[in-house]
Amino acid sequence: MSDTMLTHPLVDGAVGPGCKKVDPIVVADNVTRTFGGLTAVDVAHVEIPRNAITALIGPNGAGKTTFFNLLTGFDKPNTGQWSFEGHSLARVPAFRVARKGMVRTFQLTKSLGRLSVLQNMLLGATKQPGENIFTALIKPLWSKREEAIISKAEEILARFKLLEKSEDYAASLSGGQRKLLEMARALMSDPVLIMLDEPMAGVNPALTQSLLGHIKELKAEGMSVLFVEHDMHMVRHISDWVIVMAEGKVVAEGPPDQVMNDPAVIDAYLGAHHDSDLGDMTGANPVIDAKEAAAEHAAKKEGAI
Amino acid sequence: MDWGQILSTAAGELLSPVTAAYALAAIGIGVHFGYAGLLNFGQAGFMAIGAYAFVVPTLLWDFPIWAAFLSTILVSVLFALLLGIPTLRLRADYLAIVTIASAEIVRFVVSTSGLTAITGGATGLSGYNGGFIDLNPFAPGRYGFGPWEFSANQLWVRVFGWGLVIIASVLVFLLMRSPWGRVVKGIREDEDAVRSLGKNVYAYKMQALILGGVFGAFAGVIYVLPRSLQPTNYGTTLTFFIWTMLLLGGAATIFGPIVGAMIFAALLTLSDGIVRGLIRADIVTFISGTQAGQIRFMIIGAVLMLLVIFRPQGIFGNKKELSFNV
Amino acid sequence: MLGTVIAAIVLALAVGIAPASAEATPTPSPSPSGDFTSTFTIGGLIRDGDSPLEGVEVRVEGQGFDEIGVTGADGRWVVPVPEQGEYTATLLPDTLPEGVAPRDPENITRDVNLSTTNTVNVLFPTGEGTVSTSNFGSTLITRIIFGLNFGLLLALAAIGISLIYGTTKLNNFAHGEMVTFGAVIFLIFGTTLGVPLIPAIAITLVLSAFTGYAQDAWLHRPLRKRGVGLVQAMIVTIGLSIFVRYVYLFAIGGNIETLDTGLTQNVTIGPATITLASLVSMGVSIVMLGLVGLFLTRTRVGKATRAVSDNSSLAAASGINVDRIIRIVWILAATLTGLSGILYGIFRQVNWNMGFQILLLLFAAVTLGGLGSAFGALVGSLVIGIVTEVSTIWIPNDLRYAVALLILILVLLVRPQGVLGRKERVG
Repeated sequence: MSDTMLTHPLVDGAVGPGCKKVDPIVVADNVTRTFGGLTAVDVAHVEIPRNAITALIGPNGAGKTTFFNLLTGFDKPNTGQWSFEGHSLARVPAFRVARKGMVRTFQLTKSLGRLSVLQNMLLGATKQPGENIFTALIKPLWSKREEAIISKAEEILARFKLLEKSEDYAASLSGGQRKLLEMARALMSDPVLIMLDEPMAGVNPALTQSLLGHIKELKAEGMSVLFVEHDMHMVRHISDWVIVMAEGKVVAEGPPDQVMNDPAVIDAYLGAHHDSDLGDMTGANPVIDAKEAAAEHAAKKEGAI
Repeated sequence: MDWGQILSTAAGELLSPVTAAYALAAIGIGVHFGYAGLLNFGQAGFMAIGAYAFVVPTLLWDFPIWAAFLSTILVSVLFALLLGIPTLRLRADYLAIVTIASAEIVRFVVSTSGLTAITGGATGLSGYNGGFIDLNPFAPGRYGFGPWEFSANQLWVRVFGWGLVIIASVLVFLLMRSPWGRVVKGIREDEDAVRSLGKNVYAYKMQALILGGVFGAFAGVIYVLPRSLQPTNYGTTLTFFIWTMLLLGGAATIFGPIVGAMIFAALLTLSDGIVRGLIRADIVTFISGTQAGQIRFMIIGAVLMLLVIFRPQGIFGNKKELSFNV
Repeated sequence: MLGTVIAAIVLALAVGIAPASAEATPTPSPSPSGDFTSTFTIGGLIRDGDSPLEGVEVRVEGQGFDEIGVTGADGRWVVPVPEQGEYTATLLPDTLPEGVAPRDPENITRDVNLSTTNTVNVLFPTGEGTVSTSNFGSTLITRIIFGLNFGLLLALAAIGISLIYGTTKLNNFAHGEMVTFGAVIFLIFGTTLGVPLIPAIAITLVLSAFTGYAQDAWLHRPLRKRGVGLVQAMIVTIGLSIFVRYVYLFAIGGNIETLDTGLTQNVTIGPATITLASLVSMGVSIVMLGLVGLFLTRTRVGKATRAVSDNSSLAAASGINVDRIIRIVWILAATLTGLSGILYGIFRQVNWNMGFQILLLLFAAVTLGGLGSAFGALVGSLVIGIVTEVSTIWIPNDLRYAVALLILILVLLVRPQGVLGRKERVG
């Protein structure tokens, strides 16, 4: 590791956990969440860079999904402030967070099974006059917007290769297709920041490639992406920035390669002594190299004679 | 066994104002449960509220009939808000218990002797239908044919009642095929998903609760227009019967509540007529007329159980669209 | 449940049909020819000499109907009733003004038969005298003791609901019918057939246990195996409740029956006077509740029950036979609830609808104490019991259940997990 201060185009200053970003889209301060006696999240400061793909990694129980839930309004923190595009979001209810442009998906896919694929998509669209109970009664007041969002939905579905399924019930889709649907649906509102909670969970390798491609497209279209993942290869492959959480805190940040080699990260993820024999744990039974030991033994014998 | 009489009574019952009231109340629960997934077990409470909100101002303050209708709407909206604000955040089965409890509280309050001056206490109220009768557009005389022959007033109350049922059905139809309906159906599936798409779930649930509640309130009004208002009728059993009608017809359908109410009413009358006829003809001698009446309700209980186990989507429902995992 | 139903129908045919004392069916809906109908009423005039008495209450019961009429300024009271038939009107002497008492204090009940007329008037002659009034303190203590009695017997049934909910997550709307079952069977064997007290109780408990077995074996386990959802199962219990209630009505008629326990001596505790039967009833409740507590905490089956309530998948993975535990829970719950029915029948009287009338109170008790917590059910029941009785000091008699339900709603708003429940997400 170099002694000099590490810098990165995305970072304003030195790279390190909680570092400032040149152009942050989310800034969070002092966010904590405890359940009974257990502290699930304790983030002093973290900033998410704009128009980049950021991965949030960490071992199970690190607090990643809880932090996700807090940011998006699905859970209430004990303390904390955070802002999105400069607007404070603390204690803003989940639906308002989504309306501001911060859209999330769920680890356990929530495709609305008893609605059709197309209806799922249409639900994702914003600014629908037909959603008001009074205007809904008069079709001409909302039919134009409806047509507009139908064509948008079909366009996105075509991109995700789900167009043939648009009239089928979402429950009839395979698991992987439902993940695609959820991602597609999230795009209907033209989000600014899209937050994916374990998008690869339970997905076969072929589909993983396709999903990775779609995520890269999102960045190309100007969106910022934050996703939680366990799959290191995927993280290395597409993320611009990695944030590592462990035991509720942010323990490391940086570009993927650098973070992967950070001893703190390795400790957190793989445990200390990951590259040594477990017999070495307590130091009680030193591991011996056979050849060396034989040579030593021989030398001792020789010396004794 | 006078089959002619038995069938004719049952047929007449299909169009009775009571059946119309049941149908409207069932449409209300259809909005609550069939479309929005809300477990409202207090529809009898809305019916009671609607009836009292209509009758009490008419008797106490001489409200003209249009003002009485306005009162019905306002009071039921208020009741729905009161019910909804604290409870719509609760889990489904908690909502069920709170709605039953609220309906029972309403029943206790309107029956209590202390408020007799306003509510008529346990006696109830009567003599308020003058305004309604005055509005009758039909000239005195007999109308109709066969089992459906009515006096002018009887015809008017049926036209009014079933007219409201049709209006309500049209409203529900328009709403459910609109984006509003789409959001509500999504909420029934998974609230969090809908929230993550930027919809104010709480507001939609409240709107559904109010809409179905107002329907229930008007059902209460239709129920009492031809007769007197008595609090004992608005117990939990009435709510459960309305649920049976809704499930029978199909919970998330337009025709379901109407057909369910008609079949329920016809079956009730038919079975009563048949058993009493058998008794009168000395074919069945070991039970009394009273007990004959009780058998019908045993049948209803059994029907509800079988319906929910074997055909939860009812007559018109779509099995794929309706399985109850609330 | 089929077995219980068949048993009930057989009993009905054997025992109660011919007399068919109830002339009319209490229906929640008006009769089919429901246009512009008239009403049936029972009423009267209460005066002291020539001056009418205001605010005196008379209780009219019958056909499953139970309401209180109050005299107005003219001394007249009226109670409309749903159908023709037999009723009893009981004067409530506590509501007579100071210095006025019934002329014949032993005879303040009138039997009324509405068959040929729509209206019947009854007479309660009064004269000078004092109805034993008491000061606030002793009234309070009396009410608390009554409330304790009520709360304890509620607790037996409420624990049943809690155990069933805890292990199967089912809200059993037919639970009230198990209360009625206990009371009715005890009525039939103890009072009608004259079987001695202890054997009658034993028979009732055994039959109650059987209803629990039947419900799980023939209804709920098949439904669980079929994968029927909880909301569906709940609606099934609603249908069952309707069915069973009308079977009871069919079998024993709509009248209110009194149980004869032979324990009618009065016992004085401080300022309160209660019957020996009530005292024994409280004792029995306390003993049973203690046994249930020991069962849940000390025995293996009891601990397994708590494990299943907590997390049934984990319990199953730990080698506990979840189905067997559920079966045991149903049998235990039904037995306790049957006992509760006997005690409630002694506390009040027996009628076809009695269990359903307190079903909401039971749910209130369980929710108040915390769903799934047996101890919480006990605490909740005591609170509900005492509140319903003590509130009658300030609030009219006919509103006391409303007070209990109001408390239920308030608790759900402020602390949905109940007093003793765990804070899991309830929304």
